[in-house]
Amino acid sequence: MEIKAIGCEPLQLKRVHLENSHTLKVYQENGGYASLRKALGMTRDEIINEVKASALRGRGGAGFPTGMKWSFVPKDSPKQKYVVCNADESEPGTFKDRYLMERDPHALIEGMLIAAFALGSETGYIYTRGEYKYLIDIMDKALDEARSAGFLGKNILGSDFSHEIYTHTGAGAYICGEETALLSSLEGYRGHPRMKPPFPAIEGLYASPTVVNNVETLTAVPQIIEMGGETWRNLGTEKSGGTKLWSVSGHVKKPGVYELPMGYDDMEKFILEDCGGMLRDDKKLKAVIPGGSSVYIMNAEQIIGKKVLLDYEGLVVGGSMVGSGGFIVMDETVDIMESTKNLTEFYKHESCGWCTPCREGTDWLLKIFNRVASGGGQPEDAQLLLDICDNIEGKSFCPLGDAAAWPIQSAVKRFPEDFKKYLLRQDVAPVEAEAQKF
Amino acid sequence: MSTAAVPTDYTNRVLYSEEAASFSPEVLAEMDAHIAKYPPDRKRSALIPLLLLVVQRERGYIDNAGVNFLAQKLELEVTDVWETATFYSMFNMRPVGRHHIQICKTLSCRVMGEPQITEHICNRLGIHVGETTPDERFTVSLVECLGSCGTAPMMQIGFDYHEDLTPEKVDKLLDSLE
Repeated sequence: MEIKAIGCEPLQLKRVHLENSHTLKVYQENGGYASLRKALGMTRDEIINEVKASALRGRGGAGFPTGMKWSFVPKDSPKQKYVVCNADESEPGTFKDRYLMERDPHALIEGMLIAAFALGSETGYIYTRGEYKYLIDIMDKALDEARSAGFLGKNILGSDFSHEIYTHTGAGAYICGEETALLSSLEGYRGHPRMKPPFPAIEGLYASPTVVNNVETLTAVPQIIEMGGETWRNLGTEKSGGTKLWSVSGHVKKPGVYELPMGYDDMEKFILEDCGGMLRDDKKLKAVIPGGSSVYIMNAEQIIGKKVLLDYEGLVVGGSMVGSGGFIVMDETVDIMESTKNLTEFYKHESCGWCTPCREGTDWLLKIFNRVASGGGQPEDAQLLLDICDNIEGKSFCPLGDAAAWPIQSAVKRFPEDFKKYLLRQDVAPVEAEAQKF
Repeated sequence: MSTAAVPTDYTNRVLYSEEAASFSPEVLAEMDAHIAKYPPDRKRSALIPLLLLVVQRERGYIDNAGVNFLAQKLELEVTDVWETATFYSMFNMRPVGRHHIQICKTLSCRVMGEPQITEHICNRLGIHVGETTPDERFTVSLVECLGSCGTAPMMQIGFDYHEDLTPEKVDKLLDSLE
């Protein structure tokens, strides 16, 4: 597994290769907690303005501008405010946060502290998925170290700012990566998403103002304070600032976590050169899901020779989305109908059951996939899948429904051959009528 | 604890009892440390960590007595605890073997050879997915993405990650487990 930066100086990955990079000593020797000192000398508005200037967007998948999210928290609220780190990394194909927490836990603590200072918060929680128990142990140790060095607790570094951070564990539920479901889970309930508004910034954890940010978003904050929002933004593009971690898995020679500047040019070069090319030399690239499983799947024609830029805008033009930045690369041996069925099993399993379109829709999708895969495919099944997706997309309570629909919609339209061969009457091709949209 | 006598899935809820489990002072102190992380009027927040990290470890699975105890401890109704416990996939609703093998089956692992690993493990242990060996040593489950896609195929045994699996590596690993 590779962990490295390409096309830029490593920022997120600056310390990950150092020996004992998880310790406070190594972190401080490499500039750690300097940004916190600097931030404590700034006003709260100055910090939020720097983050706004950086054009940092949420790295968990939704891509919401972080500075704007912070500015929604009311300044005059008498309630306790909370900073919650979303470390419920469960998007298939995504594993970047895991390495950040494993090797650079203090960067996350520092980012949370700066966020807490900017928002006037006294308590923070790190919500980690239950499967990452070993990361919770690492974070607990790092928190203890930070506490004994005066970076956590009462009057941090002699200022009047006090903050305490606790780890919290989930117990296996993809939906808890959605911020309101995460808050329900953190309160000890089933992980059902909540109605928005009120947004968490107004009524989040315990009905108090809360900011929920992804691990990678928070670890970027100390960098932004250190070099200034404008400078950080200029590492990337106008609308997508800074650098971003991409998790690469599947049929490449060098899977791993790569840090690229936003707007990296281009996707084909990234997969076929930077990631070492296809795993088996004689097998051609067939499909890539670039943003974790919840985005449109791309076929080779959309990538080869198309100079797809790796940033929020570039990938939309290219026909997909950044999402959480999890590349799943598939070569020509992969049957896309099988892959889509696999993802549908995932969404059916992870649908929380709260709203009907998603609960029933994913169930029906999987029933159809199972029938098609076992030889009972009907010519109209491709259209039937699209119809069900249409009844889920935009009609479910939270984005999990969309996430279940998008891979199927794009797979049916972009890989019609893989579906046609499962359908009994192959003279009818219902797929093509819809193919125009993609 | 024989698997044949164990009711499947949620039926252990039917075997209702008022009995509450008891725990050693060390375990109780561990529970209090979890509860102390949350505001005093928000004890329910500790429910998931306590179920996963303490009750399931001590009792082997989420059983009636453990749930009854937690309900008392956190001042909740017994149904509140079940309500939460039945939502999350890491809670075992029936006893599992000493080593719970959880093989990741989502896309990246799938295309990188999960089916061969699963077949190898099941053949070796002589059980199907979802079953426990008669000696109660192993349970095999298929689970959704564990965030280890770059080192696929992978599995988790208990809380430990085992990555870049090959049949040989699996053999070695299973031999090393009691």
